[in-house]
Amino acid sequence: MTITINAEATEIPDDTSVTELLKLHEVKMPEMVSIELNGEILERDKYESTQLSNGDSVELLYFMGGGAIGI
Amino acid sequence: MNLSDEQIERYSRHILLPELGSAGQEKLLAGRVLLIGAGGLGSPAGMYLAAAGVGTIGVIDSDVVDLSNLQRQIAHATPDLNRPKVESAAETFKAMNPDVNVRTYHARIMADNALDIINDYDFVVDGADNFPTKFLVADACHFADVAYSHAGILRFQGQTMTVVPNESACYRCVFNSPPPPNAVPSCSQAGVLGALAGVVGCLQATEAIKSILGTGDLLTNRLLMYDALKLNFRTVSISRQSKCPLCGENPIITEVVDAEEAVCDLAAGR
Repeated sequence: MTITINAEATEIPDDTSVTELLKLHEVKMPEMVSIELNGEILERDKYESTQLSNGDSVELLYFMGGGAIGI
Repeated sequence: MNLSDEQIERYSRHILLPELGSAGQEKLLAGRVLLIGAGGLGSPAGMYLAAAGVGTIGVIDSDVVDLSNLQRQIAHATPDLNRPKVESAAETFKAMNPDVNVRTYHARIMADNALDIINDYDFVVDGADNFPTKFLVADACHFADVAYSHAGILRFQGQTMTVVPNESACYRCVFNSPPPPNAVPSCSQAGVLGALAGVVGCLQATEAIKSILGTGDLLTNRLLMYDALKLNFRTVSISRQSKCPLCGENPIITEVVDAEEAVCDLAAGR
C-alpha cells in the first residue's frame, strides 16, 4: 500500500503498525520524533496498536534543539 | 512617542512599508522581546531586532563565548572569547542601534526566575540549546500568556513554530514532553551549518516583529521545516490537542517546574 511520509509517497507492506514504520523508515531514535497521523498528533503509547491504512499521511516531526549544541 | 529626525532616517525603509509606517515603527520602539539564549539563533534574531529598533531586548544566557561558537553565533567575535555571551551580545546590539535598551541576565532560565523575567516582555524568541529549557520556556510562556517562537536546528535542518498561548497549538501539543536524556545524542555527533542558524533565527525575528505590529499571519498552528541541503521549506499543519498536558482539556502541568537536564558529554561542544 502507499502512504505519504513527510509529503513523499512511500510504499509499505500491508498491516504495518506505526512502531514498524519507524523501523522501516530507519528512525534510529524514536524517542526523538513526534508523529502526526492524518493531521492528529499520535500519542506515543498508541504507536504499537495503530495500524496504517492505504492513503494515510504520516509526518515525522523531529525534536530539534537550538543554536548552541543543536540537539 | 514622536520619532526624531535621526530615527525617521534610520528607520526610513521600514516607514516606507505601508504595513509598518511611522506608527508601526513606534510600536517596535515600544516593543519588548526576550531572547532565550544568545547563541546560533539568538544572535541573528537579536541583531535584526536591534537593527529594527525593538526598544527593549532582554537576553538570558549563562554561557561564555567559546571558540567553537563563532562559526554561527554571529553576535560574538574573536575578541569576545571567554566573555559572558550576554555581555558580548548586548555590546553588539547597542553598537548596531543605540535606541535599543538591552537587559542582560547572566543566568539560566529556571522555574524560579522564568515567570518574573518573561512577564516583562511582549514576545519570547526561544533559541535554547536543550530540551529541558525549551519545555520550561513553553510552559512559562503559557502561564505568563506571552507569545513565543520555538525553533530548533540540527545539521542541515531547521524547524520553527510560533505559539500564541490559549489560541494556537503549543510546543507540547506537538512534542508533549522532553525526550529521555539517554535518547539525546552526544554533542560530538551533532553538527550544524552556521548559515542555517541565520535563516531560522531571522524567521524568529520576523515573527517577533509581526507579533508586535499585529500585522500579517503568524506561524501559528504550523510547524515550518527547512531543509538546507535540498533548499526546501515545508509547513505541516498542527492543531491544538485536547490531550495536551499543558493547554489541553485536562492539563497535567499546572505550574512551571524544572525538568531533568539531558546530560551533554562534551562540554567543549557548546
